[in-house]
Amino acid sequence: MDLYEHQAKELFGRHGIPIPPGRVAATPEEAKAVAAELGVPVVIKAQVKTGGRGKAGGIKAAAGPASAEEEAAGVLGMDIKGHLVRTVLVEAATVPFEEYYAAFLVDRAQGGFLAMVSAQGGMEIEELAETDPDAIVRLPIDPVTGVDADTARLLAAKAGLPDAAAPVLERLWQVMIEEDALLVEVNPLICTTDQRIVALDGKVTLDDAAAFRHSWAYTEASAGLEEQARAKGLNYVKLDGRVGVIGNGAGLVMSTLDVVAGAGAAPANFLDIGGGASAQVMADGLEIILADPDVRSVLVNVFGGITTCDAVANGIVTALELLGERGLARPIVVRLDGNNAEVGRRILSDARHPVVRQVSTMDGAAETAARLAAGV
Amino acid sequence: MAIFLTKDSRVLVQGMTGAEGSRHTARMLAAGTEVVAGVTPGKGGRSVDFGERAVPVFGSVAEAMAETGADVSVVFVPPRFTGSAVEEAVTAGIPLCVVITEGVPVHDAVRFRALAAGRTRIIGPNCPGLISPGQSSAGIIPADITAAGRIGLVSKSGTLTYQLMYELRDVGFSTAVGIGGDPVIGTTHIDCLQAFQEDPGTDAIVMIGEIGGDAEERAAAYIERHVTKPVVAYVAGFTAPEGKTMGHAGAIVSGSSGTAQAKKEALEAVGVRVGRTPSETARLMRSALDRAAA
Repeated sequence: MDLYEHQAKELFGRHGIPIPPGRVAATPEEAKAVAAELGVPVVIKAQVKTGGRGKAGGIKAAAGPASAEEEAAGVLGMDIKGHLVRTVLVEAATVPFEEYYAAFLVDRAQGGFLAMVSAQGGMEIEELAETDPDAIVRLPIDPVTGVDADTARLLAAKAGLPDAAAPVLERLWQVMIEEDALLVEVNPLICTTDQRIVALDGKVTLDDAAAFRHSWAYTEASAGLEEQARAKGLNYVKLDGRVGVIGNGAGLVMSTLDVVAGAGAAPANFLDIGGGASAQVMADGLEIILADPDVRSVLVNVFGGITTCDAVANGIVTALELLGERGLARPIVVRLDGNNAEVGRRILSDARHPVVRQVSTMDGAAETAARLAAGV
Repeated sequence: MAIFLTKDSRVLVQGMTGAEGSRHTARMLAAGTEVVAGVTPGKGGRSVDFGERAVPVFGSVAEAMAETGADVSVVFVPPRFTGSAVEEAVTAGIPLCVVITEGVPVHDAVRFRALAAGRTRIIGPNCPGLISPGQSSAGIIPADITAAGRIGLVSKSGTLTYQLMYELRDVGFSTAVGIGGDPVIGTTHIDCLQAFQEDPGTDAIVMIGEIGGDAEERAAAYIERHVTKPVVAYVAGFTAPEGKTMGHAGAIVSGSSGTAQAKKEALEAVGVRVGRTPSETARLMRSALDRAAA
């Protein structure tokens, strides 16, 4: 789960990392009030989980409360790369003397922790990595010993940061470990003219799998259907097309989306019902998909492994009984393959459900679903 | 022959007394696996009856290894206890530890991976395990969808593994390894490619990848330098949007990195044929085998 900048900074603050004073605001009036409270020139920053918001006009300077209100009114409601700006962070304008980059992350390639520090902050790190890779110090971090004061000093020195940055690096590492983060990034980490080190931005990704040992209260502002699916324990992602897709196993569902696209149609969603695929789970899945007005046809693609195809077929039959009228609205193409595929197919054909069509191959099923979605 | 797991492997199951653990232990036994022990802390001394066979339960991995000669552990314990269970197995000196559990915190995986370096091969977490058909199965891959043969398979995804195994069931597999879709895993595509290249029982390799990370790109570089056996590949996730997690914690495209297209191009650049669908991938494998035989 990615955090908003203001959430990341709040975490930083709790761990003793210096941040500019400020607060989040959801309306221009609130932004004005925060600016008045701070009593100094402020910066209005769009809170979106995507990069490049400065270029998109999502960061504005305001000399006082009146202009803060005006600028916030312009930024709130903006669309930045498909992300709606619902809140802004209003914080005291802080002038950098120097800008650095500091991050701790999980390095998938090495399967370990990695520190990345550079004296050239401010710009996109991917850009810097291409134009001047040597400007970034990369240091693998031992998961047992971690980043102690010595390691932090070494990191700062190697990257050409002042000594004063070392304790901040050490605390950023503590955020990483204590919060089960996959990424803790500060860009820029700045040194002010009076030699203070301040985190001017913050990007933190927390590991959802570790939620059981934390008391996180971050809510995702996801769309309605995604919310409903999550409440039912389903793994659902809304997409832009018209073919609803249900399958078992993340890899197979991703593959099904590709095959649907290959057949000339766009998938309406990703929905993985997992290995079990009981009747109730199948019914929940179909219900979510049929609630999507964009869906013109549904493709159920199941490979029978440990859960055999006859169990899945019975699940579909029961699911359609549970759905009643709602299950009749759009054609459902079913492809069953794997263990007991023939028994499963017979169960479905014996049920003679008016909207169900069976196709025995994944490619053929995708073509049929694509054709039906196009109304042919 | 096979890689990592053979008919001589002696398997212990951590969490065998739980629902998942006992269900899959019964299946592993039915697949011919030598399951010699279960491990559940505090429940040592009893045994679990699996029809023809009663499997003894021990309180620790070390004890189970000493008493039964177990050399493979399969881990079914819940996510919050997985880290310590794997660390226990590594500390006890188990050579192969297969972590089936889904939802293991990434930091825990980083820690047990570091602890295991040079001592224990870890497969997973969040994986279906591995199977050497006709010999042994360590995990949850269905044993009855394919036959023994001479194709090696390595995959991040469970059901796609099954799909390919099923499509090529008449040809058969030496070993199929599901390495898992988490951001941090023990055994990688490259480890499996190396083992299949060295295995005299494997003639050709199927590699299944998916979006996220750069494991497939690195595998491509490895294939170019070290693999002489035919490799065909499949990559899932061409239509996945940027920034959305697609089921597997690792399957997320961030910016321009980790896209299916980039992976496909990297593989094709080193001569690996990449199927557009699982069934086309199976066809490519058949023609690769025909060419190799000609």
